Amino acid sequence: MTKSEMAEKLAEKIKVNKQQAEGIINIFSHSIIEALAKGDKVEIRGFGSFRVRHRAAKEGRNPKSGEKVFVPPKKVPFFKTGKDFRETVNS
Amino acid sequence: MTKVDIVNRVLEQAGLQKPEAEEAVETIIALVKDTLGKGESVILRRFGSFQVREKKERIGRNPKTGEEASISARKVVRFKAGKYFKAAVNN
Repeated sequence: MTKSEMAEKLAEKIKVNKQQAEGIINIFSHSIIEALAKGDKVEIRGFGSFRVRHRAAKEGRNPKSGEKVFVPPKKVPFFKTGKDFRETVNS
Repeated sequence: MTKVDIVNRVLEQAGLQKPEAEEAVETIIALVKDTLGKGESVILRRFGSFQVREKKERIGRNPKTGEEASISARKVVRFKAGKYFKAAVNN
């Protein structure tokens, strides 16, 4: 399902036009991004939680040349599936 | 941040009334869950993608007792953050 397909379904359900529905999806996803960018976490009961995970710096290798390269530490967004969602995909 | 905060964002930024903003957020969450429940992926540009992955049965260990136990085959949800999301948490 793409954002456009989701917007169609959302528009139908809450009786707005498709552009408005797409706007709402963007507000939804952007509020999660903004929270994590500030170092906050997002917990949605029945769905899951989004948080930032820290990856330590490491020595990597360029897979083509085999040369050693330094990979700097970084932060990555991480989603932990909630219990109800886990059950939904397993039933 | 919880669902209530997301609902508030939606009502402020999309100009909806509270019950409609709530319904919008619930609908987005339900669409993601139901789509994954059917085994399909959800791909939201500028955010990320959710997909179902099949895990094979494997032997695990109870970290408390050290006892071996088999972990049955199951499906898990995987969220992959998009480029924009990843960049946002690293700035």
